[in-house]
Amino acid sequence: MQWQFWIIQTLNSVAFGGLLFLLSSGFSLIFGLMRIPNLAHGAFFMLGTYFGYTLLQKGLHFWPAALLGGIGVGLLGIALERFILRKLSGNEQGQVLVTLGVSFIIADICLLVWTGDPMPLAAPQSLRRPLLFAGFAFPTYRLVVLGIALVAAVGLYLLMERTRLGAMIRAGVDDMEMARGVGIPVSRLFTTVFLLGATLAGIGGVLGGPILTAYPGLDADMLPLALIVVILGGAGSLLGAFVGSFVVGFLYNFGIALAPDLAYFVLFFPMVLVLVFLPQGLFGRVQI
Amino acid sequence: MATEALRLEGIDTYYGDSHVLHGLGFTLQAGRLLGLLGRNGAGKTTCMSTIMGFLKPRNGQVALFGEPVAGLMPETIARKGICLVPQGRRVFRSLTVEENLMVAGLPAKNGGGRPWNLDRVFELFPRLKERHAQVAGSLSGGEQQMLAIGRALMGNPRVLLMDEPSEGLAPQIVTEVGRTIAQLKAEGLSIVLVEQNIKLTLNLADDIVIINTGRVAFSGRADEVQIDSPIVAQHLGVF
Repeated sequence: MQWQFWIIQTLNSVAFGGLLFLLSSGFSLIFGLMRIPNLAHGAFFMLGTYFGYTLLQKGLHFWPAALLGGIGVGLLGIALERFILRKLSGNEQGQVLVTLGVSFIIADICLLVWTGDPMPLAAPQSLRRPLLFAGFAFPTYRLVVLGIALVAAVGLYLLMERTRLGAMIRAGVDDMEMARGVGIPVSRLFTTVFLLGATLAGIGGVLGGPILTAYPGLDADMLPLALIVVILGGAGSLLGAFVGSFVVGFLYNFGIALAPDLAYFVLFFPMVLVLVFLPQGLFGRVQI
Repeated sequence: MATEALRLEGIDTYYGDSHVLHGLGFTLQAGRLLGLLGRNGAGKTTCMSTIMGFLKPRNGQVALFGEPVAGLMPETIARKGICLVPQGRRVFRSLTVEENLMVAGLPAKNGGGRPWNLDRVFELFPRLKERHAQVAGSLSGGEQQMLAIGRALMGNPRVLLMDEPSEGLAPQIVTEVGRTIAQLKAEGLSIVLVEQNIKLTLNLADDIVIINTGRVAFSGRADEVQIDSPIVAQHLGVF
C-alpha cells in the first residue's frame, strides 16, 4: 500500500512535470527573447483545455482534438504578438500589462462560453485502464502524457540546438541589439516563438484536461507554476525549463500530498532562494 | 570619380535628454579607410550606434552609397550592407563559434568582391576553424575579437564599422588585428575604424576624422596628421 502511494505520487509528479514543461518551455523562450513574461500564458493553457472539451463534445478523437486545440491557441498567440505586442515594441511594461489584460479577457470569455461549471475531459478510451506491472497499477494516461512531453522536449532541443532558426533565437536571448545588428529578423523570431509557445501551451491544456479538468481559475493556477519554473530554471533556457518543470512537478504533488497546509511554502520557498542567491536561475543567462 | 560609400550629414543624436552628437558629419569614400579618433566620451561609439540604427538620430542623414538609411531598423541596415564589429566584441556567448558566424550570414551584394562565407572566414582566421565547435564565451579576448570581425564579414559588408578592435588586447594580438584590417582594406572594403590607439589608426587610415564632444574637430588626410602634431595633442592628448 505504502509503495503504491509513492509510485502513484511519483508518476503524478512526472506527468504533471511534463504538462508544466509544455506550458513553461514556450513561456521561458518568450521571456528570454522578448524580455517579458507573457502573463496570458496560463490563459492560453486554459483555453486549450476548453477547446479540447468542445472538440471532444463534437465527437472528435482525443489526439486530433489536442492538435487542433493547440493550433487554435497558437493562432491566438500570433494575433496577440502581431497586432498588440508589436505596437508596443520597446515599451516592456506596457507589453506585460497588456498580456495580463488579455489573460483577464480570455478568462471572462471562457466563463461566458463554457459557464462556470468544471468540465472534465475524458481521456482516450484505450488509455483509461491502469497498466499493471510487477503487482502495481500505473495510470496509463499519465505515462503517455509524460512520453509526449519528452518527445516535445527532444523536438524543441533539436530545433533550438541544431537549426539556424534555433541559433538565431539563442543569439537574440544573448544580445538582442547585436542580433539585430547582424541582420537577424527579430520580429519574425518573436512571431515564431509566440506561435510555438502558445501552441505548446494549448496542447498542454488539452492533454492536461483529463487530469486537471477545465474550470474557471485554471489559468490563474497554472501561471504561477510556469513563473516558478522559469525563475528556477532561468529565462530563455530550454534545459532550465525542463529541469524546473520536473522539480516543480515533484514539489507541487508531494507538497499537496504530504503537507497540504505548506504546499505553497514548499513551492515558493525554493523560488525565493533562487531569486536571492542565483537571480539568473539554474541555467539562465538573462537577469530577471 | 570617387564614390561615397558612407556619408553622415548634420547628425544630432541624444541619449534621453542629453545631446551627444551635434551636427556631426563626415564622408567615407569607397575603398578607403577612415580613422575616427576622439577621447573617451567624445561620441565615437554613439556615432557607430547611430549609423547601425541602434540609436535614431533626431536630425540629419546617413547615406550608404547614396541611399538614405537613417532611422531604419538595425536588421534592415545590416541587410543593406553596413556591418559592425562592436565595442567590447559582443559575441553571442552561448553560441558556438560556427553558430556565431552562421546566424550573421547575409547574401553578398553586388560590387562587394569575393563573397564572404564560413570557409572564407576560417581561411582568414584559422584559429576560429580550430575552435569552431567551442562556445564563444569560452574564447580568449583575441579570439573573440577575431570572431567579432568574422561575424561582421559574414554579412558581406559594403561598409565595415570597427569600434575599438584593439581594446583590451595584448600587443602582439593588436598587431595581428592590424594586419587583418590592412588585408581587408587591400581587398577594397570601405572601413570606418574607431580607435583609442592613435598609432595603429595613423598607420592604417587614408583619412582621419577627430571628434570632440560630439562635433568634428578635424577632418583631413591621414598623412596630414602626425602622432606629435598639435592637432593630436589638442584633441586627443591627455592633460
